[in-house]
Amino acid sequence: MSNEALKKASGRAAAGPPVRAEREHPGGDLLWRLFLEMLRIRVIERRIAERYAEKEMRCPVHLSIGQEAVAVGVCAQLRQQDRVMSAHRSHGHYLAKGGDVYSMLAELYGRKDGCCGGRGGSMHLMDRSAGFWGAVPIVGSTLPIALGLVLADKRLGRSERTAAFFGEGATEEGVFTETLNLACLLRLPMLFVCENNGYSVYTPLQLRRSPDFDFGGYVRSHGSLYFSGDGNDVEAVHRITGEALNATLADPTRPCVLEFFTWRYYEHCGPGQDDHLGYRDKEEIDNWAKRCPLAVARSRLTTTRPGLENEVEAAEKRYSREIDSIIEAVRSSARPDPATFARGVFAP
Amino acid sequence: MSQAPPMKDLTFAEAIRDATAVCLRQDPRTFVIGLGVPDPKGIFGTTAGLADEFGMDRVMDAPLSENALTGMIIGAALGGLRPILTHQRVDFALLSLEQIVNQAAKWYYMFDGRGGTVPIVIRMVIGRGWGQGPQHAQSLFSWFAHIPGLKVVAPASPADAKGMMIASVEDNNPVIFLEHRWLHGMRGPVPDGYHRADLDHCRVARKGTDVTVVAAAHMVIEAMRAAEFASARAGIEMEVIDVRCLNPLDFKTIEESVRRTRRLLVADDDASHCGFAAEIIARVSEAGLELAAPPVRVTHPDCPSPSSAALAAAFYPTAPDLYAAVCRTVGRGMDWAAQFPPRPCPVDVPNLEFPGPF
Repeated sequence: MSNEALKKASGRAAAGPPVRAEREHPGGDLLWRLFLEMLRIRVIERRIAERYAEKEMRCPVHLSIGQEAVAVGVCAQLRQQDRVMSAHRSHGHYLAKGGDVYSMLAELYGRKDGCCGGRGGSMHLMDRSAGFWGAVPIVGSTLPIALGLVLADKRLGRSERTAAFFGEGATEEGVFTETLNLACLLRLPMLFVCENNGYSVYTPLQLRRSPDFDFGGYVRSHGSLYFSGDGNDVEAVHRITGEALNATLADPTRPCVLEFFTWRYYEHCGPGQDDHLGYRDKEEIDNWAKRCPLAVARSRLTTTRPGLENEVEAAEKRYSREIDSIIEAVRSSARPDPATFARGVFAP
Repeated sequence: MSQAPPMKDLTFAEAIRDATAVCLRQDPRTFVIGLGVPDPKGIFGTTAGLADEFGMDRVMDAPLSENALTGMIIGAALGGLRPILTHQRVDFALLSLEQIVNQAAKWYYMFDGRGGTVPIVIRMVIGRGWGQGPQHAQSLFSWFAHIPGLKVVAPASPADAKGMMIASVEDNNPVIFLEHRWLHGMRGPVPDGYHRADLDHCRVARKGTDVTVVAAAHMVIEAMRAAEFASARAGIEMEVIDVRCLNPLDFKTIEESVRRTRRLLVADDDASHCGFAAEIIARVSEAGLELAAPPVRVTHPDCPSPSSAALAAAFYPTAPDLYAAVCRTVGRGMDWAAQFPPRPCPVDVPNLEFPGPF
C-alpha cells in the first residue's frame, strides 16, 4: 500500500471513536473504556459460571474468560452497523459488540425472551440490531457466511464492515482456506479475526501443526493481508485492528487476517477450571496467569488514574448489581410455550 | 379467465436456462455461481450464454470449494441477495453438507426468525447410466428430504423445470433443486416469459384406477412408459403421481389416490434401505389405508451403482421392472410381464440420440 493511500485512509482510526465503548463509558480515556468493557464481560461470565451449578442454564457454555481483550479491542474499532459473526465461544464477542445482555441471559436460561427464543442456547447468539449476525458451534462455519455478507454489501453498495471471530482450530478446517481464497479471488475486504488460544479442546497446537507451519506466510500467499499481536493486551489489539481496517480501506480489494495470541482461563466447556486434568503444564499456567488482560490494562492505568482501586471496585459492584438484576428478571420471565416448538421450520 | 400464456417447445435444460434468465432479468439481486457456470458447455446448457447477457459478476465461475461457496451464498442471502449455486453432480455437493444441513436448513428456525431467512437455490444434477459408476449416479433423495428446513424438489417435465426453478428462486427457504441428467434432453411445451409453478403439490401425471405409482424425477418417465403398455396390452390403469416436491410432501394427493386404487408402488431412483420409497410406504401404512396387496418398492438394489453397461443393465430399474411389479400387485402372472417390448435403446442411455460423454 502506498503512503498516500495510507494517509488518506488513516483518518478512520483516529477520528472513528470506539463507538460501543464510548457510548457505554463516556468521557474516559481509551484504555479505561476498554478496561471497563473487559471488566463488564468478565463480571457477567463469572456470574454465569457461579450460577451454572443451579442447573437453570441447561446448555453447554464456553466461557471467554481470559480472552476478553480480543473481543473488546476489535469491537471497539467497529461501528454499531458493522457486522460480527462468531463461533462456540462467543459471549465476549456478542457483549463487546453491544449485544443485549438480557436477551443473551434469557437464551442461556431457555426463556421465551432469549435472543433465539430458546432454540439456540449459549452457542447460538444473535442480535442483528447490535450488528451481531450470529454465532454457531461448528468450527469455521461462520467464515464463509460472513464472507457472503461482505459480498452482499459490495453488490448492494453498503459500507458496513464485517469481522468474523474464530479460534486457531478453525484454520485447520478446509472451509477456512476455501473462504480465504474466495475472499482474495472476489476481492472482498473481510476481517478474519483469529483468537489463537493454543488449544482445540485439550489438544495443543503442537499436536495439530508441524513446527514449520507459518500461518502468516500461508495467509499472505493467498493474497490476504496479515497482522498479528498480543491478544492479552487490549491496547495492542485495538491499535492493530485499527491498522488493519485502515489497510483494507486503503486497499479495499484485500481481506485481512488478524491473529491474536491469547489463552483461556476456564475449562473448554463448562463453568469451572480444568487444569487439574494436567493438559497444560505449570510453567504455562503461571506464565499466562501473569498476563491476564484485565491485569495488564489495570497496571498501565495505575500511572494515569490515582483513584484506580476505588474506581474499579465501584465499576465491578455496578456490573455485578446489573447482572444480578438481569438474572433475576430472566428467572421470573416466561418460558417458551411448548406448543410452539415446531414454529418456523420453514420461513413464510 | 386469464388467457393461457404462449408456449415454446424447449428441452428441460433450455427450460432451466430460460427460468434462470427470467430471474436474472427481473431481480438484480439474483446471481448464479458454480464451477463452469459461464464455461462453453454451461452446465449441460442450463447456463449457456447467460454471462453474455448478464455479465460475469452475476453469472459467476467459482473455485472447487463447495462448502465455502455454500456458506457464502447463505451469507449473501442473509445480506439481501438471491443466489443460485450449481453442482454438476450431487456427489460433489456432499462436500458442502455441513453448510447445507447445519446452517442453511436451520438458520431461520434456530434463531427464531431473528437471524433472517436463507433464500438460496442449490442445483444438484443426479443421474444414472453411461458408466457414471459409483460416484456419479446417486440421487440421495432421502438424505436431503430427511433434513427439516430444506425444501427438496425434483421436476420431471420441461414446464416444471422452468416453473419450479422460478418458484425456488422466489422462495424464502433453502431449496435443493435435483435435476436428473437424463431429463436434460427431454423436450416439451413450456410457458413463455414469467411462469411460476407451485412447490407444494404432487402432479397426477396420469389418471388411473388400478394401482397408484408414486415416482420422482426420471422414474416418472419410466412409470409413464410402463403405464402406456399396461393400459394398451393388459388393461391395467396405472395412476402415476409425479412427486415433484419431496419436502414438504403433499401426502394428501397420494393418500387420496391410494384410497381409491388400494394398491401402491413407489419408484425411487436410489438405494432402497431407509429411502424415499420407504417413507411413502410408511406414511400410507400409518394412515391406515386398506391395501388389496402389499406395497411394492422399485428402487436401485442396496449396492453402489456399477459402471459397466453389462452390469448396469442388471442394476437400474426401468419400465419393464415397473410393469412386472404392477402385474404382481394386481395379481397378474409373470407371463404378462414377459410381454413388455424390448427397450428401444440400451439400459445405460435415455435414448439412442444420447451423446455422452457424461
